[in-house]
Amino acid sequence: MKKDLLGIADLTPEDIYRVLETADAMREIGQRPIKKVPTLRGKTVVNLFYEPSTRTRTSFEIAEKRLSADTLNVAVAASSVLKGETLVDTAMNIEAMAPDMIVLRHASSGACHLLSRICKSRIINAGDGMHEHPTQALLDAFTIREHKKDIAGLKIAIVGDLLHSRVLRSNALLLTKLGADLWVCGPPTLLPPGIECLGVHVTTSVEEAVQDADVIMMLRIQQERMQGAFFPSLREYFNVFGMTRERVSLAKPDVIIMHPGPMNRGVEIASDVADGPYSVILEQVANGVAVRMAVLYLLAGGVEDETAA
Amino acid sequence: MKRLLKGGRLVDPASGRDGAFDVLIDGDRISKIGKDLPVEAGTTVVEIPKGYVVCPGLIDIHVHLREPGQEHKETVATGTLAAVTGGFTAVACMPNTSPVNDNAGVTEYMLKKAAEANLARVYPIGAVSRGQKGEQLADIAELKRAGCVAITDDGRPVATALLMRRALEYASMFDMPVIEHCEEQTLKGDGVAHEGFQASSLGLRGIPGEAESIMALRDISLSSLTGGAVHIAHMSARQTLEAVRFGKARGARVTCEVTPHHFVLTDEMLAQPVAYDTNTKMNPPLREAADRDAMLAGLADGSIDVIATDHAPHAADEKHVEFDHAPFGITGLETAVSLCLDRLVHKGVLTLSRLIELLSVNPAGIIRVPGGSLAEGALADVTILAPDLAVTVNVAKMKSKSKNTPFDGWQLRGGVAATIVGGRVVYRNDACSTGL
Repeated sequence: MKKDLLGIADLTPEDIYRVLETADAMREIGQRPIKKVPTLRGKTVVNLFYEPSTRTRTSFEIAEKRLSADTLNVAVAASSVLKGETLVDTAMNIEAMAPDMIVLRHASSGACHLLSRICKSRIINAGDGMHEHPTQALLDAFTIREHKKDIAGLKIAIVGDLLHSRVLRSNALLLTKLGADLWVCGPPTLLPPGIECLGVHVTTSVEEAVQDADVIMMLRIQQERMQGAFFPSLREYFNVFGMTRERVSLAKPDVIIMHPGPMNRGVEIASDVADGPYSVILEQVANGVAVRMAVLYLLAGGVEDETAA
Repeated sequence: MKRLLKGGRLVDPASGRDGAFDVLIDGDRISKIGKDLPVEAGTTVVEIPKGYVVCPGLIDIHVHLREPGQEHKETVATGTLAAVTGGFTAVACMPNTSPVNDNAGVTEYMLKKAAEANLARVYPIGAVSRGQKGEQLADIAELKRAGCVAITDDGRPVATALLMRRALEYASMFDMPVIEHCEEQTLKGDGVAHEGFQASSLGLRGIPGEAESIMALRDISLSSLTGGAVHIAHMSARQTLEAVRFGKARGARVTCEVTPHHFVLTDEMLAQPVAYDTNTKMNPPLREAADRDAMLAGLADGSIDVIATDHAPHAADEKHVEFDHAPFGITGLETAVSLCLDRLVHKGVLTLSRLIELLSVNPAGIIRVPGGSLAEGALADVTILAPDLAVTVNVAKMKSKSKNTPFDGWQLRGGVAATIVGGRVVYRNDACSTGL
């Protein structure tokens, strides 16, 4: 793997499998009575979050602590971005204190690429704008493989706000690299122009997207999108695109339902689907820790193989 | 003082001359042009090397000199030094300074700074509206009297059709063109890159080509309505070129310009060689290959009137930020000629004569200033080109105060040998031996 994890775009299928296999070993650590190994002892990891995040930040922090890294959370209020210190200056200051890794969450696409060019520390992208969220796609792939073994050949439907979603971009890259038959679906106003060039099927019919699907992945709909006139109302959105039991019944009997969170119940997904038997949403969260441990471990140089023991 | 330029290839589209002609400069004027002119006593003879081209001084009608108010980016002195280094004997500067050039005081200040620098000629362009706010017209007669050659709210399109109508009507009284930065603001939204696959894949908010063409069509219609002359600045989208062709075919008074970066680069530069390089962020954005190819076709078939740089200097720390937060724009004065010679002339898109029309004859005509020809008695504004010179773009050597260019390190064929303004040699390229 490269120095940094900026996106799935930079990974080969071999890199992806290596992360997933390492994550398999890491998951076992979380099941021990003492959930800690000394692998990253003496390593400093800074979680630099320019956007609010509960799930991703907590997941990274637990992963870092289980590997015995010294972790530090820096939460920068969004409002101070434009007023105060530049991202470059903040990064240079953190860099001066010689951390080993920086986990960056930022509202601007490409912010981690900027850091990557100026920092010696390894950069892990924890979500950059509308661009990528690579660890989310890796944990999604890990979760799919738990249920479906091989990703190649699966029909996978991703439904929701495709335009603003970094989860979509990372998953589209990853799942097509591993040979899935990927269908993406959303209102035409929320389709990224040219998305079909990624080798995915694009449809505005949720029924067509989920028909015989092995996996259905829902994306969050942000309420403020109505102001941008992307769709008329949450009610209408749910009527046209919401994942209901009727729509799930079009999929394969052993379909799994995924959601990267946070969920809007009754907007993109009905509660009985979110909590229903096909839902693997909480498994995704659990697997996130193992996958992030794997990423941290591999980027740290894959040192001391005692971890996997 | 008399100076005889001897032995060069004279390319002067205005007179139709293209061949071995000598040019005699007497003081600030061209006194004689002819084959094998005799050398009179007291005349300095300048032997122009074989293959070099003597042409009317190049004129860039779209430049941001940033003074007053943003002197950390550029000043009239550094900007005009960059201009003459790039072969331009005159530049027209945009009014989005601080304060805005919407009154004679600012215009006179710019002209005073230009006189002090005493390099390229500077033709200020005034604002269409007071403060470029798009509400009331600026005092256009006063701007004209102070020396403005055109009006524009560049960077801020004239938002309402009514104000644009009034501007075209009012400016026609002074025979001034209205230069429009065409961009329908609601379609642009908070876009930062061309809407298409590249922006989608990089997660950047897109600006469709239609944001430009919609306003171009509006302005062309208003030009027909009013009889006023509209000039479409930095055209980037193939749809806009179609709009211009449509207007020209119907006799509308519309002209247009394209920048070198829009006929050389595409939005693929957003992803590589350096992902999210803020020196690929400009407005209008780098568009896709079909648009770039359309610009080349428009240059070749004569639909495009002018090549202008949209020289937009920004300080390094302003550009060293997240792509979303970086200001739009790149410098252009010192790379334009090499890009034009390499990509247009040597690649066979244009003849040299046609290139001079785009860089000198037509710009002078659109803003109605002297220049654009080497007639006897004309001002001795002359550019000497070295069309086969091997040039490596090097930002460290650039004269502009700002270094924001995506072309650093590019190897190009063709450059500027010397620049003469009013008979004075204001730039000599050390890599060329012209004897000047």
